[in-house]
Amino acid sequence: MSRLAWQLGVVKAIRPETPTVKTFVLTLPNWTPHLAGQHYDLRLTAEGGYQAERSYSIASPPEQTGEIELTVEQIADGEVSGYLFEGVGVGDQLELRGPIGGYFVWRGAPAAPPLLLVGGGSGVVPLMAMLRHRQRAGLHLPTVLLFSVRTPEEVIYQAELEAMAQADPSFTLLLTYTRQAPAAWAGYHRRIDAPMLAEVLSRLPAAPDCFVCGPTGLVEAVANGLLGAGLPPETIRTERFGPTGG
Amino acid sequence: MPGFFTNKGFQPKRSSGHKLPPGQYETTDFPVLTAGPTPRIALTQWAFELTGLVEKPMKWSWQEFNSLPQQDFNPDIHCVTKWSKFDTHWRGVSIDTLLEHVQLKPEAKFVMATSYGGYTTNLPLADLVGGKAFIGHTFEGQPLAPEHGGPARLVVPHLYFWKSAKWVQSLRFMSEDEAGFWERAGYSMYGDPWKEQRYETDDEDLAASANIRL
Repeated sequence: MSRLAWQLGVVKAIRPETPTVKTFVLTLPNWTPHLAGQHYDLRLTAEGGYQAERSYSIASPPEQTGEIELTVEQIADGEVSGYLFEGVGVGDQLELRGPIGGYFVWRGAPAAPPLLLVGGGSGVVPLMAMLRHRQRAGLHLPTVLLFSVRTPEEVIYQAELEAMAQADPSFTLLLTYTRQAPAAWAGYHRRIDAPMLAEVLSRLPAAPDCFVCGPTGLVEAVANGLLGAGLPPETIRTERFGPTGG
Repeated sequence: MPGFFTNKGFQPKRSSGHKLPPGQYETTDFPVLTAGPTPRIALTQWAFELTGLVEKPMKWSWQEFNSLPQQDFNPDIHCVTKWSKFDTHWRGVSIDTLLEHVQLKPEAKFVMATSYGGYTTNLPLADLVGGKAFIGHTFEGQPLAPEHGGPARLVVPHLYFWKSAKWVQSLRFMSEDEAGFWERAGYSMYGDPWKEQRYETDDEDLAASANIRL
């Protein structure tokens, strides 16, 4: 095996997801199939040779060959995300290497246990790769996405998630708004807590495999809550995701 | 590839006063990265062991561990997820101090650090001795928080921070290197941030390029 090599991806499209989140579709000369949940490293190089690297979760499923989608949140004063948002357009090149990561991944066997995905903010990105893989592979294991956002304008992938839930009765989308909910919202309007997790778990026919991704506070609260609900620790996989340096 | 490709208009935003390993950026935050739920270990239940290739295994209770000679450490730490944090303040027990209590067998060359919760990570023995590593229980003057590895974690600051096992329970001495948790998942067996050994293929390539240069 040779060193996981840097390659020059080409920006094929840029899609705004929310006011502070964009998806970059990148064509890769050496695309290899990834597992849902893996990430790529992205490297920027300045004229003087200075380099900055960040890791970004892959949002696209492995069925989408030849390219990857990275969904990036703009961090206040973020060195890399700032450049991606302001300095990069369609046709530009970006250095990438991956796919990377072998633990926070979902392979999606047909006989796999139900799936509980819990995301906070841009922590939904690797979970979206799992949902898209599940859909494209024609898997229908019972699945819930519990997605915590602050306000209605921050729901990344909203239209696609709602369409997915409409089309597939085995997939349930549950949103919780922690600050401001939409008008006439009848769903959850608070941070994720133990009673909410108990309700969500009761929607699944058996103990699920759990993937939790978001800011530290959310990940800690959800992982502890799921343990408290009696799930074995080895069925709870966590990944911290969020603005630490952007 | 440095020198061949530049991102037009990209300029560094951060000017760290410290020398950063390649690809790293400075944070003053202390991010939390774990693969699963945070284990909660009662101090009355806590014990720390040296096992494997030792003449006689050694085990300390929390009280016994805190009665060992304590030292202050002020390392810079580098996480494989790209952040570095400078001049952190820890208190704990040097691995050298712990090793005064056991006799290692001569074939002991590697160590598997094992944690409450089942996490493991492998290191060469040489990277734990000579003042290079310690078991830390106090961070910035406070008991180390559970999400950062409390009650106590291994700290090996010259390697990427996943080698600094949180919730450490034992060090097992081995004759051959074995892959730990992240190492089995494709991460470097050694993890030198200054050589940017993030992933397993970074190890092999460095070995291969060293041979070519010979």
